[in-house]
Amino acid sequence: MQVTGAQALVRSLESLGVDVVFGLPGGAILPAYDPLRSSTIQHILVRHEQGAGHAAEGYAWATGRVGVCIVTSGPGATNLVTALADAYMDSVPMVAITGQVSTAMIGTDAFQESDTTGITAPVTKHNELVTSPERIPAAIAEAFHIATTGRPGPVLVDLPKDVLQAEFTWSWPPVLDLPGYRIPGEPDQEMIAEAARMLHRASRPVLYVGGGVIKSGSHEALMELAEITQAPVTTTLMARGAFPDTHPLALGMPGMHGTFAAVAALQEADLVVALGARFDDRVTGRLADFASKAKVVHADIDPAEIGKNRSPDVAIVGDLAATLPRLTEAVRDLVADAGPTDTAAWVEQTAGWKRSYPLRYTQASDGPLKPQHVVERLSALTGGDAIIVAGVGQHQMHVAQHFAFTKPRSWINSGGLGTMGFAVPAAMGAQVGRPNDLVVAIDGDGCFQMTAQELATCALLGLPVKFLIFNNGFLGMVRQWQELFYEERYSEVHLGTEIPDYVKLAEAYGCVGLRCEQASDVDAVLEKALAVTDVPTVVDFRTHDAEGVFPMVPAGHANDDIVLGPEFTAAEQQAAARKEVIA
Amino acid sequence: MTAHTLSVLVENKPGVLAHVAGLFSRRAFNISSLSVGPTADPRVSRMTIVVDGASTPVDQVHKQLEKLIRVLKVVELEQDAAVERELALIKVTVRPDLRADLLDVAAAFSATVVDLSADTLVLEAVASPGKLDTLLARLEQHGTCELVRTGLIAIGRGSETITDDMPGHQPMAAVAG
Repeated sequence: MQVTGAQALVRSLESLGVDVVFGLPGGAILPAYDPLRSSTIQHILVRHEQGAGHAAEGYAWATGRVGVCIVTSGPGATNLVTALADAYMDSVPMVAITGQVSTAMIGTDAFQESDTTGITAPVTKHNELVTSPERIPAAIAEAFHIATTGRPGPVLVDLPKDVLQAEFTWSWPPVLDLPGYRIPGEPDQEMIAEAARMLHRASRPVLYVGGGVIKSGSHEALMELAEITQAPVTTTLMARGAFPDTHPLALGMPGMHGTFAAVAALQEADLVVALGARFDDRVTGRLADFASKAKVVHADIDPAEIGKNRSPDVAIVGDLAATLPRLTEAVRDLVADAGPTDTAAWVEQTAGWKRSYPLRYTQASDGPLKPQHVVERLSALTGGDAIIVAGVGQHQMHVAQHFAFTKPRSWINSGGLGTMGFAVPAAMGAQVGRPNDLVVAIDGDGCFQMTAQELATCALLGLPVKFLIFNNGFLGMVRQWQELFYEERYSEVHLGTEIPDYVKLAEAYGCVGLRCEQASDVDAVLEKALAVTDVPTVVDFRTHDAEGVFPMVPAGHANDDIVLGPEFTAAEQQAAARKEVIA
Repeated sequence: MTAHTLSVLVENKPGVLAHVAGLFSRRAFNISSLSVGPTADPRVSRMTIVVDGASTPVDQVHKQLEKLIRVLKVVELEQDAAVERELALIKVTVRPDLRADLLDVAAAFSATVVDLSADTLVLEAVASPGKLDTLLARLEQHGTCELVRTGLIAIGRGSETITDDMPGHQPMAAVAG
């Protein structure tokens, strides 16, 4: 049967099981919006294309499925670039459909023309400018295949207007023609056996768990590996929730704002087993001094991550869903033959570090409201049973540190790119993907104002997302760096707490607006917010502007230089530098 | 400089060169030379890329190239196990009293005269990059006034070919769900 390119696009998306897309129409993509009207696919009309991109990301993080967004050419596509770059850095499966000017106009500087594939090539796993309607079904199917297999990532398909309008004979399924696309095969059994021997032998092992564990659905396999090896586990910013923080082997987050126990354990380990992690600079600190006493096993699906930053002693390329159970099995065999691992002293040492140097803050009952207190109360009131979304900055670190994550896909943030403005649209996407779960966005006042327009989208959809603004009137993380590294010369970081009035702003957008200024009100305000079920709720938490995020490893320093912060005495800091257990 | 020569087979599709070039700039890899041309299979083009191993992690270049969807195969050609050639066109000023020496030099390097004017001539030379550099140094004495080089191309010695065991050389017949 004859269809237009636009109809083929919509049919392809339907055939691939897409039930929701986030988008905003415009001239070049107009033909696609006509068949979309009568499609089974729900289209969510955002207020800014960046919102469509981050919403697709939030949907993908929360559900594990592909997030889809659709925008027009030129500014529509360029507005999407930040979200694509974000998804690329954090390996989020996403398909972006962009309109393009008609093929005859390409290269003429036509109205709303941009070189979308050129602009997005460095920030997508793949992209394609489609030049014939017959190509559309295969291009879309290939985009989904590439986005979801191997290391996931964003794929963009650029569709010129005339290609959307032209007719051709529909046929499905298409044949995928990707001769150069390599998905890693089975992990090498020899390497797994060697890694198992190292784990069995190690006296100070640490499992360094990255986002790949969540993406591969391997959290249960991770638990089995941790329990058989009795190796302490640290979960990176991308992996919060992959291993329950309540588990005795859990060390919390490593890196620049990691827990002392996690940072010290990696520095003192004799074996680091990296699972779906990439030795990011925010984890390693000065690379040459990272885990310098440790041998390294690196298991990852992307062969290019092996040896990129740290040369491993054993590399296992492959899907963790295959690697982890086999590694556990191999360790189990060794345990059966030669007895259990001997990590008891090591586990006790890491537990001692946890006791001696916990995450510490002081909430005085009549003092300024501390952001950590809000996070801890939220964690307690929800029992950890929520999808938590954050932007980027101090609030993000406070949540990553203080919320007790117990389940995978309960934590969504912008890790690699560090995109301020991520939280509001990503939370919207998460709520769309998991309508029956509680979604709470925690955002800074700086971040919130970058994408707050999507409150309108959320309100019209009746999404009961909770937006908790940690309003300290500053670009807080930048302020903290100026305090510590620029002798308190604060330059262009003061936003003010009064403008906008977030309660009125919420009400203007059809949301419930609440304010909380003191610690004694936190529970009541949170309970009030959690009770709203039909519209979004925005809470303006007036948090302490001088509160920093600690511990902290100054940028470019070795992780041994970890600073515990003002809550610890000089004597405690000195003991920590010697990695002594004092409690 | 430690030159590493990568032979890269790519799909002959629009945008492939941009993806490869973009990868090099994005990852701060330095390219010493890049040449592209068709192969016996019209669907496939071949790039020869020379990178400086001292300033660029060659293993990362190799792996990152393999991640590009339109890249079919990447092979590093070891210098000893490959024939490496580059073509240069060199415009040289000619002083009548030195013409004979110039032609002697050209002959020694098997370079041929492909254009001649009153006071210049154009030499065509095909050689390994090192030999070409030697020729150019020698010609400097005469006054080289313009130079164009193709960039290196290379092929492995012996009976093996780059398409041996090439994964997915035939279009993959996977079907979407």
